[in-house]
Amino acid sequence: MNGPQDLGGQMGFGPVAPEKDEPYFHAEWERRALGVTLCAGAMGAWTIDESRHARESLHPADYYASSYYQIWIKALEVLLKRHGFVSERDLAAGTAVDPAATPKRVLKAENVPAVLAKGGPCDRPVATPARFEAGDLVRTKNFNPTGHTRLPRYARGKHGTIEAVRDGFVFPDSNAHGHGENPQWVYTVVFEGAEIWGEGADPTLTVSIDAWESYLEPA
Amino acid sequence: MSHDHDHHDNELDPFAARVRALETILTRKGLIDPAAIDVIVDTYETKVGPRNGARVVAKAWADPEFAAWLKRDATAAIGSLGYTGRQGEHMQAVFNTKDTHNLVVCTLCSCYPWSVLGLPPVWYKAPPYRSRAVIDPRGVLEEFGLTLPTTKKIRVWDSTAELRYLVVPMRPEGAEGWSEERLADLVTRDAMIGTALAREPA
Repeated sequence: MNGPQDLGGQMGFGPVAPEKDEPYFHAEWERRALGVTLCAGAMGAWTIDESRHARESLHPADYYASSYYQIWIKALEVLLKRHGFVSERDLAAGTAVDPAATPKRVLKAENVPAVLAKGGPCDRPVATPARFEAGDLVRTKNFNPTGHTRLPRYARGKHGTIEAVRDGFVFPDSNAHGHGENPQWVYTVVFEGAEIWGEGADPTLTVSIDAWESYLEPA
Repeated sequence: MSHDHDHHDNELDPFAARVRALETILTRKGLIDPAAIDVIVDTYETKVGPRNGARVVAKAWADPEFAAWLKRDATAAIGSLGYTGRQGEHMQAVFNTKDTHNLVVCTLCSCYPWSVLGLPPVWYKAPPYRSRAVIDPRGVLEEFGLTLPTTKKIRVWDSTAELRYLVVPMRPEGAEGWSEERLADLVTRDAMIGTALAREPA
């Protein structure tokens, strides 16, 4: 979706503000926000793609006015309600009022190291051979889906070169909506700066994205 | 904008109260274990951080065979040092050269190689960096105090899929014969994102 998350090339946000010796957390609640988000995800009710889509579906004004951990928590409340774990009445009361759906699993403290060390690999076998190979010229699709996609607006309808064939990966555009993993080949595609930004582009710039096969057509 | 709250909690901070309420609801329903949150926080506050990535880079500087492996199969090479897991499942290492400087961004969210760099800094997740890294990388680097020669090529890697990128900065001169442990002190988090170069030996 052409949501607030799709930031590449937008203007007006001001300078980057690196913070010297930045701490990992700026408030105690950020620690709890990280942990609550990971523990809730570990229940197994939604995928990382669905959670990304919940975050980018916040109203743009809300998204831009929120810090990163605030975005996480606001989207987490949406996911918990959608999947029947938390109700509006729970949130209004600030405590458990209504019964909850049954999770696939509950992450216990003793299992955290193993779960974090394992992560969540999302490479998958693809039944068909890769359509493109390194060096192929391609054009990205021009589309404006209302659902989740990982093809940023700045890289739509652009000519680029396949630099590397990666692996088969879960396709987020369908997985985010519960329509299955439908794995596809992923490629690293490189664009000249001028192809993307046109007049005045930095002549020394190239930009790459990682693109699922259905985002690409032969050029 | 991304960070306008106080650097501490108090009972008047509505967002702190909102997170606390959510944790309470989920705990009372038996859906989460608060002790698991403590372990997660401790992991990313004390165990998994940019020191991991610095050891990877130092080894690549010191050991050409490891560097070749890192280039070919970063996930396995990094995994051999014990750095695996969440947001590091599919790693790529990109090497700075005399001709090309690499810079990593996630314009669409905040994808970042947690297994080697830990949790991302606020600026990496905030709109100024995410919006400008792909269109004006030189301007962004200037804000980090890094001015690249105008002839240097810049390659920006937008992490749009599940590959996570680690920049291997150029090894500075003057550190010949150094141990990997000492070399690792020259490798900062920002150097492995691409917003800095490796430190010069003192």
